[in-house]
Amino acid sequence: MSIDKATVAHIARLARIALPEDAREAVAGELNNILAWVEQLAEVDTDGVEPMTSVVEVALPLRADEVTDGARVEEILANAPRREDGYFVVPKVVE
Amino acid sequence: MAALTDLTLAEARAGLAAGDFSARELTQAHLAAIEAARALNAFITETPERALEMADAADARRARGEGGALNGLPIAIKDLFCTRGVLTTAGSHILDGFVPPYESTVTENLWSAGAVMLGKANLDEFAMGSSNTTSHYGPAINPWRRAGDDRPLVSGGSSGGSAAAVAGRIALAATGTDTGGSIRQPAAFCGIVGLKPTYGRCSRWGIVAFASSLDQAGPLTRTVRDAAIMLGAMAGHDPRDSTSVPQPVPDYEAALDRDVKGLRVGIPAEYRVDEMPEAIDRLWQKGAAWFRERGAEIVEIDLPHTRHALPTYYIVAPAEASSNLARYDGVRYGLCVEGETLSEMYEKTRAEGFGDEVKRRLFIGTYVLSAGYYDAYYLKAQKLRTLIANDFRAAFEKVDVVLTPTAPSPAFAVGEKADDSIAMYLNDVFTVPASLAGLPAISVPAGLSDDRLPLGLHVIGKPFDEETVLRAGRVIEDAAGFDTRPEGNGA
Repeated sequence: MSIDKATVAHIARLARIALPEDAREAVAGELNNILAWVEQLAEVDTDGVEPMTSVVEVALPLRADEVTDGARVEEILANAPRREDGYFVVPKVVE
Repeated sequence: MAALTDLTLAEARAGLAAGDFSARELTQAHLAAIEAARALNAFITETPERALEMADAADARRARGEGGALNGLPIAIKDLFCTRGVLTTAGSHILDGFVPPYESTVTENLWSAGAVMLGKANLDEFAMGSSNTTSHYGPAINPWRRAGDDRPLVSGGSSGGSAAAVAGRIALAATGTDTGGSIRQPAAFCGIVGLKPTYGRCSRWGIVAFASSLDQAGPLTRTVRDAAIMLGAMAGHDPRDSTSVPQPVPDYEAALDRDVKGLRVGIPAEYRVDEMPEAIDRLWQKGAAWFRERGAEIVEIDLPHTRHALPTYYIVAPAEASSNLARYDGVRYGLCVEGETLSEMYEKTRAEGFGDEVKRRLFIGTYVLSAGYYDAYYLKAQKLRTLIANDFRAAFEKVDVVLTPTAPSPAFAVGEKADDSIAMYLNDVFTVPASLAGLPAISVPAGLSDDRLPLGLHVIGKPFDEETVLRAGRVIEDAAGFDTRPEGNGA
């Protein structure tokens, strides 16, 4: 499996990271280098092996479904690059 | 009396208790040392005013006969822990100006114990790196130099600023986080002690996330006893982190006094890698001899999937990072680069805000999770992770701890290995397996390389058996008598 420039453009789009056309070749080279190295895992027989989902053997704890926090609008918005009337502001999404 | 900045955490604690000096004096000594050692670039943000306030509060508590286990002891905090009201950057441009409105659980625990914050320590961007050179704020510099060579060396990473601060005598101790070796490798490079606890021992709440199934907080200190003291204050169950384990925190310091007679120490054949300097192999054998001399039993063991651990890690960690770092969108905090559309704003913000190594890992992570490749990469890696954990489980039926070197080389010069991602990743070849298996592990300085740089030995233990790991670490510390220290402070 080898990554070409078109695949790099697709990955960059999925990751929401702008990547100019003239940088894609170099990124493809770096990614192929790393992927060729991780490819060695294919030689390990993992048939019937359960994929690890949790490294500590504990049951997921549950708590009562009740409000434990809230009413912190000012704290939450304090770091916002743009805010208005108690909301985050983003470019227009719906015409 | 020794300079206040030369004291261990335990000695400073005793000095404060005896009234030999105040927390304010101890803190002032460290603040002056920080100023004199700015060339180390160990801190992203210094917090001298807050430090003195906290020191005065600690002195006042002591005067009232109160105060916790760390009352008045000045420490550095890796800038990956959110600290209320203090800039928190994760070493990244994308968190420009981010001032958390809340405190991480681990730092909250430390402040409750009375510790004093000197500042926020430098790190690789989002903890992704093994040399602290991916930090947006420039590399933290190792206080050590090669014999007869003045080139600045890397402090290791990702907790490089924490390690440089503790080794450079500008903080008594520091917090770090370890995802694949980020506490233990910089500790080895800087000639200090670094402890990664069992996954689940310390709460991850309020720590900027890298790879959530691997990230774990732990201490960097100059002695094993100091690591025990710090861990005791940092650890504990936290209902806000569902992976934090509801187990009581033992008295780690008390564990140090027990001997190692009959302790079974495993030596895994698979950790003998090519190109490892002979000095490291010699030190490893010496380490085994130290345990034998003290009545421990040396057992050859097999960890057959060891060589697959690093590639497994470089699928799992980037995959989790690509998900965790999706939150940096320019909307809620940090850097925002304007765009015509929402999508363009995201793409421009993230392009400008993330550095090259972070982008590389986000691309890899996005790719291995994308449609059509998930089974071949991510699922495969999760199966490998099971096999690696099973290797350790089988080994721990025969042994109590596993002894290995911490890193395959001593510290290297800033700029070396910069063009080769995989050469850089190989720094973590001995630390990553324990991370994938969630096991506790410590690095203890044990000797010097041929060019007189510190080398560490690494002890891996059973889940939640930090006590035995510390006790074994104490053996190395005691036998090695490692008292060499960097000549300057990098200034």
